[in-house]
Amino acid sequence: MLAFLIRRISQSVMVLLVMSVLVFVGVFYIGNPIDILIAPDATPAEYARAVKELGLDKPMLDQYWIFLKDAVHGDLGNSFVYNEPALKLILQRMPATMELAVTAMLMAVFIGIPLGMLAGIKHDTMLGRSIMRFSILGFSLPTFWVGLMFIILFSVQLGWLPSGGRGTTVELLGVPVSFLTWDGIQHLILPAMNLALFKTSLAIRLSRAGVQENLQMDYVKFAKAKGLSNTRIIGLHVMKNIMIPVITVLGMEFGGLIAFAVVTETIFSWPGMGKLVIDSIGVLDRPVIVAYLLITVTMFIIINLLVDIIYSILDPRVRLGDHN
Amino acid sequence: MADINEVKQPDFNSVQGDGVLPVKEESLLVQSLKEYFESKTAAIGLIILTVMIVVALLAPYISPQNPYDLMSIDIMDSKLEPGSKTMDESTTFVLGTDSQGRDMLSSILYGLRISLGVGVLSTVIALIIGSIIGLWASFIGGRTDSFIMRVVDLQLSFPAILVALILLAVLGKGIDKIILSLVIVQWAYYARAIRSNVLVERRKEYVEAAKCLGLPQRRIMFGHVLPNCTPELIVISTVKVAGAIALEATLSFLGLGMPITEPSLGLLIANGYKYMQSGYYWISFYPGVALLILIVSINLVGDRLRDVLNPRLKK
Amino acid sequence: MRKKLLLTLAIVACFAIGATVAQAKTLTLGLKGEPTSLDPHFHNVSANNMQALYIFDKLIRQDNRQKLQPGLAVSWTPVSDKIWEFKLRKGVKFHDGSPFTAEDVKFTLERIPNVPNSPSSFTGFVSTIKNIDIVDANTIRFTTEQPSPLLPRQLAAFTIISKKNAEGASTADFNSGKAAIGTGPYSLVKWDRGDKITYKRNDAYWGEKLPWDEIVVRPITNDGTRVAALKSGDVDLINFVPPADVKHLEKDSKIHLSESPSTRLIYLHLDSDRDDSPTVTGNNGEKIKNPLKDPRVRKAISKAINRKAIAARIMDGLAVPASQMVPDGYEGTSTRLMPEAYDPKGAKKLLAKAGYPDGFKIIIHGPNDRYVNDSDIAQAVAQMLTKIGIKTEVSTMPKSVYFGRASKLEFSLMLLGWATDTGEQSNCLASLLHTYDAEKGFGSANRGRYSNELLDSTLEEALVTVDNDKHNNLIIKATEIGIGETGIVPIHYQVNVWGMKKGLDYNGRTDGYTIPREIVSGK
Repeated sequence: MLAFLIRRISQSVMVLLVMSVLVFVGVFYIGNPIDILIAPDATPAEYARAVKELGLDKPMLDQYWIFLKDAVHGDLGNSFVYNEPALKLILQRMPATMELAVTAMLMAVFIGIPLGMLAGIKHDTMLGRSIMRFSILGFSLPTFWVGLMFIILFSVQLGWLPSGGRGTTVELLGVPVSFLTWDGIQHLILPAMNLALFKTSLAIRLSRAGVQENLQMDYVKFAKAKGLSNTRIIGLHVMKNIMIPVITVLGMEFGGLIAFAVVTETIFSWPGMGKLVIDSIGVLDRPVIVAYLLITVTMFIIINLLVDIIYSILDPRVRLGDHN
Repeated sequence: MADINEVKQPDFNSVQGDGVLPVKEESLLVQSLKEYFESKTAAIGLIILTVMIVVALLAPYISPQNPYDLMSIDIMDSKLEPGSKTMDESTTFVLGTDSQGRDMLSSILYGLRISLGVGVLSTVIALIIGSIIGLWASFIGGRTDSFIMRVVDLQLSFPAILVALILLAVLGKGIDKIILSLVIVQWAYYARAIRSNVLVERRKEYVEAAKCLGLPQRRIMFGHVLPNCTPELIVISTVKVAGAIALEATLSFLGLGMPITEPSLGLLIANGYKYMQSGYYWISFYPGVALLILIVSINLVGDRLRDVLNPRLKK
Repeated sequence: MRKKLLLTLAIVACFAIGATVAQAKTLTLGLKGEPTSLDPHFHNVSANNMQALYIFDKLIRQDNRQKLQPGLAVSWTPVSDKIWEFKLRKGVKFHDGSPFTAEDVKFTLERIPNVPNSPSSFTGFVSTIKNIDIVDANTIRFTTEQPSPLLPRQLAAFTIISKKNAEGASTADFNSGKAAIGTGPYSLVKWDRGDKITYKRNDAYWGEKLPWDEIVVRPITNDGTRVAALKSGDVDLINFVPPADVKHLEKDSKIHLSESPSTRLIYLHLDSDRDDSPTVTGNNGEKIKNPLKDPRVRKAISKAINRKAIAARIMDGLAVPASQMVPDGYEGTSTRLMPEAYDPKGAKKLLAKAGYPDGFKIIIHGPNDRYVNDSDIAQAVAQMLTKIGIKTEVSTMPKSVYFGRASKLEFSLMLLGWATDTGEQSNCLASLLHTYDAEKGFGSANRGRYSNELLDSTLEEALVTVDNDKHNNLIIKATEIGIGETGIVPIHYQVNVWGMKKGLDYNGRTDGYTIPREIVSGK
């Protein structure tokens, strides 16, 4: 276990390092942020001053070295655009993204699993087939297109829900959240639905497959023979058996939700970190881009590690270590 | 866009693909085809997909206009409603025109060609690279194998869109760059799928037999083991093509994908997006519909193929 | 436990509802850009400069046609060739109650060149000032290196901060509100980055009456979302209504639109200096001598462009064909220049005369996320040039890549935009058409490297001529030289549109700013 952990952590550090080099070099070669940030009528002297001030006149290697030294001390650099610590900017935006992702995940679980089980039980009926068709649509429709349709339908045509933004937030344990006010909930529904669509389809398919597989297993046949009601068999025994794998998969997909929030946040002007990074890519705000990627990748690494550990506890056949 | 296959599938799907027998391949094919067409939806999906592929291939011959020949379009025809005619009444724009006066139908046909091309090409390259790496790793074994598999695991644990975002932020725009990013995003699936298959196949008697006959390892790998992995590769890559097309559309929408000179369906949607509410709905709507039909039909086919080729779900 | 939770929820909900009721006099604005900072001297970019006007005031205001009007200064007069005297407004107070004096002006001017990490500073506006003398609390004199007719224009470019509150303050202190204490119409309540900025009325404001207690600014970058937010009633007013949406918003009975021409010029720059231009080739792809050096070829390109068609078809009527760099009626504009008429036959003749009867091949480069319909305009230009024989390819890219490459002179023909924030023509002459001269700071945006000695000397003379009429005549002369030789190809000036709820009115501004104190609540 310990050896496993040490190996995993050292691998993760390598990944972070390699990624930071890649992004650093890449953004360096794409262009100089000053070209976009500076007033168009600025004189060459003013241009040179701005470049020097942001440390962009130094050779790339030096810049990377400075970044690395500061990063060890937990300082990921100041944003070129906002002149505030990149880390702070991202942490400010993180609660919004997290709230969106968690809500979407809950929607996927509470809508997807029941529907999927239903489709599994009634797989040869109209209902079962319709659910499956819906799920195919759900993971075929590109997120951005659905988001757009949502806005046009629910806010512009029907006027039911707001078209974007986060609405009123209140502080919960010092973190601003919107799900505690009616206004906030209204703002949350559309983007969360948009983000949840894909994972809902996934949950449907996973639980359907799980139900179908379980229904053929001996324990179900025994239970039936014993005279247990269908509701009880499915609601209790089958449910219990499919929940673990489904939840595990969805748990691993949580990282995907955070990544995909980039799209949803852009469409719904949701003030999360995904929107921040898209804006930052637009102006080559390297410290923010690098910090965002480091933070999200670290999050994925932690999620994956936890999943692996929990899995090894749940299923003794799986040994931690190399997959063989 | 991510899809169903990129999920680490625990338990109930972990052993898929090991039941395809190495013998009686042809009868199996016929049998599978028959079984495929038992589903009406899947049959319709396949027909639509075939039509779309044919249309995309023939785009230059059947489009009413070459939308990228600047001599043949006129800005004075811009934003015309579906069914409008040019000023001299010579051509009808069945699906209207965009802001440059391009015929939308022609744009969609060309866009379909690019979307499909990018999707298929990137998937095929990723399939080849992934398979070679997967085969190679599993036959070499040892440290190389576990190193490669760690890389694969790592990559699979990141959402495709994030990886593509990084890559395109670093590489810049362009059709070659987007194909490259899609390949990088995809290869790991194939490497892993191949490897897990090979590990199963290797223990089978026919491999033992081939080894006893003294056949060279390369021949065993490519001549015997690989063909037995094909059904699963077909299933994965079908679904992956749809995923790649959707991912490319999303990236184009975010402004990181295609250059404007080669608009895919995704870029057409993005370009028309700003007109969506303004009454010029057709500029974005029809490419959206085309993209939708394309992806749904591919997924229908892929879904059915999975059912047909995965014997575990057979009764 | 459960009851307690429910109770808390109920209370929270009540507060939320209560809050919406109490916000009856709130004006919510949905604006395209978000400022990068509330430090008014950190980043010279329009989103920041506009937000600064909510909290702070300028010495000299620009009215909605960018004419100079008294602000914190009530008058400004040249005492001699090199000395300007400003009389300051009396009785003005900062939000914290401290009085505004000449010390604050001096402090502001001295801070400007010293804002750390500024990606684009205001230094250029104050660099001509050699000495600042405080005569008394309400009088201040500026001594310049050289006669400086443009000083009032330059001092109308930035806002004045409070010495008491901002001494030693960092950019972050402004963002948090600690140092963001101004004399302006509103004071900052809170900035929720990416979501909204909340302001409350400054009841002690020296200027206009302010109808709203509270102003909420919501940054909504996406055009479609911004329009949707207005239509669904989430915001009261939006700026930069996309041209394509104007027609259907006009039909909406709940919405009122107002439009205003702007100083945003869209133009083409052409590589007019090098013999070997990066993206020009002969018809068969062979290298040729750069045809764009020939003024006749540049003129032909200008004649080939159907400006009216671009305005009507691409911009949905929201563009005015341009003849020079600043719209008619501004100071220093020539009345003799007209937008080049669309004349493809004449263009072909000119091309033939210049030795290119069959044209040549070229790539037009343009951004795709910077100006209204930028990539569409580039494509339309390509279409029009192709029709006179110049086979044109289009390459558009995000601004993050585009401007850097354009400045490195990697392009031969490029689409660009220019907004004259100072409201007069010398600014663009100096940056776009004067010969590139890094030392003197001229031609910094002259990406075509157009050069004409007579233009240079005329402009340089104008810049040290304090007499207003003489100054303007020199500027007009320089403009006519540059446009006469087609140093740039002006295409159009953008027209900006604001959308708002019925009952509101806004005149619009040529600088495109949305300033709440100018919004009229007509009931």
